Amino acid sequence: MLTIDINDQQHQVDVEADTPLLWVLRDVLHMTGTKFGCGKGLCGACTVHLNGKPVRSCSLPISAITTAKITTIEGVENNLSNASTAIAVKQAWITENVPQCGYCQSGQIMSAIALIGNNKSPNDEEINIAMSGNLCRCGTYKRIKSAIKTASNDVGEK
Amino acid sequence: MDVIDKPIIENVSRRSFLKGLGLASGSFVLATTLPFGHIAMADTAKHNALNVFITIHANNHIDIICHRSEMGQGVRTSIPQIIADELEADWSLVNVVQGMANNAYGSQNTDGSSSIRKAFLQLRQIGASARYMLRQAAANFWQVSIDECLALNHQVSHQITGKSLSYGQLAELASMMAPPSLDTLRLKDKSEFNYIGKKLASIDLPDIINGTTTFGQDIQIPNMLIASISRCPVIGGKVKSFDASLTRKIKGVKQVVEIGLTPGAVNFHPLAGVAVLATNTFSAIKGREQLEISWDYGKNLAHQSAEYLAKRQSLVQQPGKICRDEGDIGNAFKQHVKQVNAVYTVPYLAHAPMEPPAATAMFHSDGRCELWACTQSPQRARDTVAKALGLDKDQVLVNVTLLGGAFGRKAKADYLVEAAILAKAAGQPVKVVWSREDDIQNDYYHAISAQYYQGALDDNNQVQAWLSRTSFPPIASTFKKKAQSQGKFELAGGFADIPFDVRNIRCEHIDAPAFVRIGWLRSVANIHHGFAQSSFVDELAVAAGLDAKDFWFKLLGDNKNVALNRGGFKNGNYGASAKDHPINTDRYKEVIELACQHAGWGKEVPEGEGLGLAVHRSFLSYVAVISHVKVLNNHLQVKKMYCVADAGQIVNLDRVEAQMEGAMIFGMSIALMNNISIKDGQVEQSNFHDYPMTRMAQAPEIEVTIIESDGLPGGVGEPGVPPVMASITNAVYAATGRRIRDLPLNKQFSV
Repeated sequence: MLTIDINDQQHQVDVEADTPLLWVLRDVLHMTGTKFGCGKGLCGACTVHLNGKPVRSCSLPISAITTAKITTIEGVENNLSNASTAIAVKQAWITENVPQCGYCQSGQIMSAIALIGNNKSPNDEEINIAMSGNLCRCGTYKRIKSAIKTASNDVGEK
Repeated sequence: MDVIDKPIIENVSRRSFLKGLGLASGSFVLATTLPFGHIAMADTAKHNALNVFITIHANNHIDIICHRSEMGQGVRTSIPQIIADELEADWSLVNVVQGMANNAYGSQNTDGSSSIRKAFLQLRQIGASARYMLRQAAANFWQVSIDECLALNHQVSHQITGKSLSYGQLAELASMMAPPSLDTLRLKDKSEFNYIGKKLASIDLPDIINGTTTFGQDIQIPNMLIASISRCPVIGGKVKSFDASLTRKIKGVKQVVEIGLTPGAVNFHPLAGVAVLATNTFSAIKGREQLEISWDYGKNLAHQSAEYLAKRQSLVQQPGKICRDEGDIGNAFKQHVKQVNAVYTVPYLAHAPMEPPAATAMFHSDGRCELWACTQSPQRARDTVAKALGLDKDQVLVNVTLLGGAFGRKAKADYLVEAAILAKAAGQPVKVVWSREDDIQNDYYHAISAQYYQGALDDNNQVQAWLSRTSFPPIASTFKKKAQSQGKFELAGGFADIPFDVRNIRCEHIDAPAFVRIGWLRSVANIHHGFAQSSFVDELAVAAGLDAKDFWFKLLGDNKNVALNRGGFKNGNYGASAKDHPINTDRYKEVIELACQHAGWGKEVPEGEGLGLAVHRSFLSYVAVISHVKVLNNHLQVKKMYCVADAGQIVNLDRVEAQMEGAMIFGMSIALMNNISIKDGQVEQSNFHDYPMTRMAQAPEIEVTIIESDGLPGGVGEPGVPPVMASITNAVYAATGRRIRDLPLNKQFSV
């Protein structure tokens, strides 16, 4: 039995130590907002925050995170350290009507929140670097970029 | 076949609705108790239903069915948007309910860019019919003539007394009214539209940004096992023997089940393999890795895609079967010596939707099989599962989740059949989870192809002869073993349907056997034909010494409707009549003209940069794309893309713009990087590292313009893709003088 901290809640999970966080979230805790896209850390659909930093949960064994704080799409707005950024990013996603199919968007949003949390006004180059690990097959990049700029303006004004 | 058109809305009458109810009555008692996110599936025990699509509750809330599958195109918004408009409903009171597989809805097959273009009128009639019933209910209640009753913004008012009743108050009474006959139904004038044509936000947006959506991969059912399947890497192969002793030692693994080879055409049959069923996905994957399987690969082991493509390239330079023949091409080539010829190739392509396929199946105690899946075609999935399991169609219930991308892949029901077979074998619910590797290596691939084009110019640089040949394994091979001849719908996909003002035209096709599962990918044969056609027009323009835009105009000739059936070719025109959807050269020119204006066509660009133009009509819509590229030190960058689309009457402008934006990126992935190669019958790529997609850092600026049109709706999901590839290669030519005829471009440039 391992204890993990997800969205400021302690969960006891009975899984093998090498189980990736992604499958603990999805199969054990039934938190399916974090998506399975490639299983190899190549697409970013499974992005969550580990102590505030974006990580690919498909490639993160559960045994490596027992002392870490994990934040997922379901809890990111309630996380005190980045709540205002999360709210601004989600609002910008609504303003730009970003998603198409929506499958990659949890991961995109988690990467965007981490980016703005770290850099209040990222330029194009910084956005490209921070977001290029997140694939969108529907091709919503133009709107993601706009939304990140909108959100960073909002955060910057506060 | 699914890509061929089917009748759409079968009826809106209450009698048929009641009949429809019998199909699956009671099926929802169980489903509604399951913990399923936010997608409400069609409740078959509805109260106050005005027709199969509309239910009005006493509290004024309205449930509208979306019978088509949402895969990012916005259909769960645009279909209710049409119905709500004609219904005069308040959009804020509309709740969208996902339709299960049910013939009462008409065709639910979500492909061919068909949801709006084929059902626009019927969906309007469904809304207008319900509006009439609400007015009739009010008229009966007030004992006045229906002509005095006006339905506006969720209520009916009596124009003489000023009395009014809300839709909620009228709902029960309205549900007992007979629907009006369609010929007396008055639809709104365009000027009266409240929602059609407007940018309404996607209905699922709040759930998507909060991570509370339910995709096929997200289904959770009590007591469910998760299956990971090792499938034979060669099509037609099967399991010779396997050893699962190590697999069974993995914690969480419960069962190992062999799936046999279904003889005959590949169809939507599951591939032969071994499934590992476990209590969680990771155990299933780990267990599968421990399997030792000895395969009988079968004959397709001999397939090598490089040799196969080389053979296509050679064959298209020899005569083939004629499908369109006008004038005297032989004589024209003798007369006009100024000629251009070229061979173009496109490799196999995979769909690679962000959500790999997934399906969940369970058996009820009465023997019925219920499924939840990200499927584009629930009715066909139901019928396929029923046939595979020897059940009646009405013993199979199919619930449609959100689709995390699809692009044609999820029209094939093989993964639903896998889930049903395994749930039966396991005696408990099973979710089949495809990995990315499964998806890339076991897809229904877009056909590998070669095209040959030959043209002759006269002294005025008028094209006097146009010869084109195409060869690619046809989609028919998926349904009929050994089918080698391309279907009419494939030849009408940007090949034999050309509108050009050329006296001597011949189009030929060359048989091509299939060695992998061939499927339809976003815009289907228009992918390779669009690439070849717009590339070749550019080559002709260069040979003529003319500007590409001027040359396109010259080639299109006068503004006119071009006959659909020419030179013996019967153009299916995507199921539409020539009267509703003629091939119109004026519309081609309009999208070209606007794209050129926006891109500043003809302007000076810096050294190493260039603009490329391409235009294509597919699925009844016209799209021009101009790409602006930069090539520096052999690195290719697409800087900006200008897209102009004429898709007739638009329903949701924002979603149409989004589809075009997405099509630019989708086409760019094909142009620059997508390449499935096959060695010894087996796909060489496996995940996004070797089957790369366009990423943020590569994504160009995109400027989309949608032409405001009164024409009937054309397709939207697919038509943006076909012109993209040639717009990029033509731009590369403008920038570098290098003509690239074989995709993808990353064989020649770093991208």
